[in-house]
Amino acid sequence: MSIDITEFYQTFFEEAEELLSDMEQQLLQLDPSDPDSEQLNAIFRAAHSIKGGAGTFGFTVLQETTHLFENLLDQARHHELALDPTIIDIFLETKDMLSDQLNAYRQQTEPDSAAYERICNTLKTLAEEKGRGSSAAPAAIEKAPVAAPAGDGTVVIKIAGVAADSAASLAEELALFGTVIEQQHGEDVLTVKLETATGEDDIRAVLCFVVDEDQITFEGAAAAPSESAASVPVSDDVEPALIEEAVASSQPAAETAAAPAEPAKAAATAAKKPERSAASSENASLRVSIEKIDQIINLVGELVITQSMLEQGTADFDPVTHGNLLSGMTQLQRNARDLQEAVMSIRMMPMDVVFNRFPRLVRDLAGKLGKQVELETVGKSTELDKGLIERIVDPLTHLVRNSLDHGIETPDRRLAAGKPTAGRLTLSASHQGGNILIEISDDGAGLNRERILKKARENGLPVSDAMSDDDVWQLIFAPGFSTAEQVTDLSGRGVGMDVVKRNIAQMGGHVDILSRPGQGTTTRIVLPLTLAILDGMSVRVGEEVYILPLGAIKESMQVRPEDISTVTGNDRVLHVRGEYLPLVELYRVFDIPDAQQDVTKGIVMIVQSEGRSFALQVDQLIGQHQVVVKNLETNYRRVAGISAATILGDGSVALILDIPALSRTPQDREGGHAGQSRSAAALH
Amino acid sequence: METSAIEKAHLDGESHEFLVFRLGSEEYGIDILSVQEIRGYEGVTRIANAPSFIKGVTNLRGVIVPIVDLRLKFALGNADYTAQTVVIVLNIGHRVVGVVVDGVSDVLALTGEQIKPAPEFGSTLSTHYLMGLGSLDDRMLILVDIEKLMTSEEMALIDKAA
Repeated sequence: MSIDITEFYQTFFEEAEELLSDMEQQLLQLDPSDPDSEQLNAIFRAAHSIKGGAGTFGFTVLQETTHLFENLLDQARHHELALDPTIIDIFLETKDMLSDQLNAYRQQTEPDSAAYERICNTLKTLAEEKGRGSSAAPAAIEKAPVAAPAGDGTVVIKIAGVAADSAASLAEELALFGTVIEQQHGEDVLTVKLETATGEDDIRAVLCFVVDEDQITFEGAAAAPSESAASVPVSDDVEPALIEEAVASSQPAAETAAAPAEPAKAAATAAKKPERSAASSENASLRVSIEKIDQIINLVGELVITQSMLEQGTADFDPVTHGNLLSGMTQLQRNARDLQEAVMSIRMMPMDVVFNRFPRLVRDLAGKLGKQVELETVGKSTELDKGLIERIVDPLTHLVRNSLDHGIETPDRRLAAGKPTAGRLTLSASHQGGNILIEISDDGAGLNRERILKKARENGLPVSDAMSDDDVWQLIFAPGFSTAEQVTDLSGRGVGMDVVKRNIAQMGGHVDILSRPGQGTTTRIVLPLTLAILDGMSVRVGEEVYILPLGAIKESMQVRPEDISTVTGNDRVLHVRGEYLPLVELYRVFDIPDAQQDVTKGIVMIVQSEGRSFALQVDQLIGQHQVVVKNLETNYRRVAGISAATILGDGSVALILDIPALSRTPQDREGGHAGQSRSAAALH
Repeated sequence: METSAIEKAHLDGESHEFLVFRLGSEEYGIDILSVQEIRGYEGVTRIANAPSFIKGVTNLRGVIVPIVDLRLKFALGNADYTAQTVVIVLNIGHRVVGVVVDGVSDVLALTGEQIKPAPEFGSTLSTHYLMGLGSLDDRMLILVDIEKLMTSEEMALIDKAA
């Protein structure tokens, strides 16, 4: 039997995809006028690895394309090819082409040959045109980073904007990394010469707590990754002893080299570079399939259920005679909970994954629109459940597109408004309690209140001039709403703000807009951290148990007969503190037998969703639990009014209520209005 | 589409195994490869507004599995639930479904010659879902294409393709 090579395809595709996305990052960061050889090397290596893999698996087209690309990159890194923005654009295009080819192979089809020919020709022409004119690029050679040869083991750290009193404490802080050889303070600049085995990035990371990153300058980096070191994947923690030795032996040389207190400015620019490439260094991680992780999550969920069963079973035991058992039970409970938390954290991924795709999008879009945009991302390391990460991409892309298209103005308009020509777009993510807060803000023109109101009237929405700004901004989430002066090829992709809102609501989150005319717009998305666990309240109706998401519950109460009024004989409303709330009787919606039909003898929960409050009638409250959310659609279908299922402590299944779906009026739920496709589809 | 067990049986002349279960007095056979396990009937959680033959969902080692009572679906046998009630857990196209039957009798191997084409008849079980009739000595087995049946629209187990 021969080895089935196709088994390795998947691995190759995944790796190649990762390499390509790395390549794109590096290309975007690359400064054409002053290319960093470390970055060029990284791009070259990525292309080379893909070429190797493509050759092994017989993906000829991919191999050929990467081969041409690799040649050009090789010339670039040997300074035989002078880079300019056009070339970078061609490189990015090539990268896209490689992605397309990869996808084609993944779907077991041959890549588009016309596109292949085109890109090959482009690359060949480029090689012929620019390749030979290598001597015309002396600047590139001159600026080639020489990674501070004598600096091994010794760094000179310059920190700008430091007052005399804080200088001493900073120097002390630095002394923790090694031995301070020399220390100077003048003109608000603290210069510390430090002998250390610690990497520049680590020092920088610590200093960042005290001073801003751009205040710090490194000269003669200690662990500057030289070309050879970076091409071999060496982990950070190689034998500390070896480093010590290296430091000791190179120290005399370093001292003489760095002795002049005024280091040459050329050296400073050269030494600044390694920091960028070091940021993209490999992180120690393991590739595990999602199924495996979900299996572990399931098993741990089972364990927690078993544990709570045992706990119920031993609750009546006499603590005197069964002391050991009971203390063991407590221990088990704690361990099970810790284990569950730890396992859940595996599914968490940094927002980086999402944010990383935006520099390219913004660059391309801004180019197309003739606008200048600076993109800033904050809180890349904020973690979010993988399931949510995947689903947040589309809404976020839409919002970023909107900001660029409608928010940020063209440079001349910005100048006229007294703003810098380049607009600013900030993506940020942060944790807020059990939620994650994602903000997209621009410093553009802001939303136009009059235009939104006008458009709303045209669409027949009930509006008045007295509406608050917040209410007006919410109007843009109405289906079919667009205030764009003209339809560009960027808008009108079939995804409106209403879809954004619906997607986010489906993830259990909500979205707000803050906007000020002339100052910009901020869109704020709040999402739960994970979909896998939910804080819920269990309620009983008849013999059945349902779970309500705790976040939706405002209060629960017993009602008096006089608080209930009927509307058109059938529908009932509940009068609570001057408000009339529709009453949804769960036993009617779900047709539950033997339920308490008299609302005054049951319990009414006031719940809120999508800005609407309503009263939900149940028989009894049971208690509050953290439940593991299980998808009902894995083996079954969508059920109207139910969002998912969970397993209770006794092993039985309980259904989790879909509050937004219940909040819709019965007519909506049964009639299947066009706008309510979700509930309509669920009911058939 | 994959070739079903019966087609294979016809093609290669080898025998294929069927799990035989009873519904009332009739014997049915399904491709053994679609059977994941056989277990007792345990408490199910009712699903509102579902057809009566969908008993609800149950917890199968952490997986939520719908339970269908074929006795109700085909109006055969007594649909009562005792400690002896059997659930056949099927694994069909990455989905897990449990079906309640009157009892599981045995696993039989049938060769191509033993499988006769199904005649056209009544409406409760459309011939569409029949693979044929198996004859073994004096027994007749109704061979059901369980995958086709379970994924059909009339079983209401799967959302219509969006």
